Amino acid sequence: MTSQALIIAGFGGQGVLTVGKLLAYAGMVAGKEVSWMPSYGPEMRGGTSNCHIMISDELIGSPVVAPHEATSVIAMNGPSLDKFEDWVAPGGHLFINSSIIERKPKRSDIHIHYIDANELAKEAGTMKAANMVMLGSYLAISKVLMEKQILDVFTKVFGEDKAKLIPLNEKALNSGKCAIENR
Amino acid sequence: MNKVLMKGNEAIALAAIKAGCKCFFGYPITPQNEIPAFMSEELPKINGSFVQAESEVAAINMVYGAGGCGVRVMTSSSSPGIALKQEGISYLAGAEIPCFIVSVGRGGPGLGGIQPAQSDYFQATRGGGNGDYKVPVVAPNSIQEAIDWTYKAFDMADEYRTPVMMLIDGLIGQMMEPVSFENQSCKEFDRSGWATTGTKGKRDPHIINSLYLEPRDLEIHCLKLQAKFDLIRQKEVAWEEHNLEGAEIVAVAYGITSRIVKNSIEKLKEKGIKMGLIRPITLNPFPVEAFSNLPRSVKSLISIEMSLGQMVEDVKLASCGKYPVDFFGRTGGVIPTPEEIVNYIEKLVKEGK
Repeated sequence: MTSQALIIAGFGGQGVLTVGKLLAYAGMVAGKEVSWMPSYGPEMRGGTSNCHIMISDELIGSPVVAPHEATSVIAMNGPSLDKFEDWVAPGGHLFINSSIIERKPKRSDIHIHYIDANELAKEAGTMKAANMVMLGSYLAISKVLMEKQILDVFTKVFGEDKAKLIPLNEKALNSGKCAIENR
Repeated sequence: MNKVLMKGNEAIALAAIKAGCKCFFGYPITPQNEIPAFMSEELPKINGSFVQAESEVAAINMVYGAGGCGVRVMTSSSSPGIALKQEGISYLAGAEIPCFIVSVGRGGPGLGGIQPAQSDYFQATRGGGNGDYKVPVVAPNSIQEAIDWTYKAFDMADEYRTPVMMLIDGLIGQMMEPVSFENQSCKEFDRSGWATTGTKGKRDPHIINSLYLEPRDLEIHCLKLQAKFDLIRQKEVAWEEHNLEGAEIVAVAYGITSRIVKNSIEKLKEKGIKMGLIRPITLNPFPVEAFSNLPRSVKSLISIEMSLGQMVEDVKLASCGKYPVDFFGRTGGVIPTPEEIVNYIEKLVKEGK
């Protein structure tokens, strides 16, 4: 695995910080070096929110993903695509929540993955799991961790009382993966 | 090792409690609010005290009160809030009260912004309070290091009877990294000789004070504070050296900027430019020694900061004119990218500096 420099962005309530935390936690448990850096400030109140995640086999220098150096960007809504399209490194991956993002990206030097995340999440049980659908797609491409490694730390991040939500989240992760594999 | 993923602010707060901190006094300000939030939740569980004061000025004076009683105590704030605490910090230093102050920097001046900055280097290392006093300042660059230095800072505060400040920035405060609280311990200190714990009619009162009306008395007191700081300079200075072997340029950077610079160093390697790094961990006292035995290959120094140039003055003082000292910085909450540092260094090299 090469180092992952990932940005997950969306609007407040789409769970972009949360799903990032889950990924970082799973990376840590898998023995990798990880960092998770959230955006903070007024833009979080009803606006866009994002986090930068580094996962590497080596010590992490800057925890900030530099412009044009993201190995992947997950854009959960339109403003996030506008803001972070340019951040994807040439040859990198851009995951677009096509349920609510209508426009097509301008870049032609990157891999673009359209995921109908809201719909797939609804099918899995709740639209709230759109973040997990996107994570499933990201894992299918990046191969940075296995789905099981994510689910194994679920209760560590969210608490034991959320164990009942694991099957739903497993479904969401899986449908995100299938969206990539069955194209 | 048993690792957990924690935010910098929360990790510092937890480390403080594990180090024996019993009291926290503060006033909310972004980007350090997770510290008081954590303390308000956790301190009552160990019969400690959390008070959200009516202002930063009140909070730092509450620190004076609790610290004077010999209790491990801390406060935290961010740039404009630390500005308000300066008077209290001078009094704490004058009265030799151990305490821990966390400054989570954001852009300034004035209310400034809330994004990460290092423009409070002068505020931390020089201080804005009155009088001949110095406060030790430590600047970790990772969350694990912030934890380790929280324990050390409390010990230093007690050992030297001084306020100790930790200077980080919003980024270290807000980000999460895997950390461990294992293998940490704190020393025991006997505070019975000075703390105001009540005489019970059995001894003379201890007086916590910074007022000396007789000039010679005050001079003796200041000399004592100075001697204490000299001892700290001898025993506590810390820095990291990285990639110095064969380096032509040595960057000097602290806190989060040092990690960005490490990325730049790797990029410069690919371009055949050898850059090393000196990372001051204690900003005050400044690691002057780090500059005395640099490899012969070194031609120049460059201070890289998230400010318009503050630590650069200490770099110049420490290197005593032996090397030209350049500067690169972004301010106002803008985080420099490794790429723009690389571009700047490349330009320097082309110009033969």
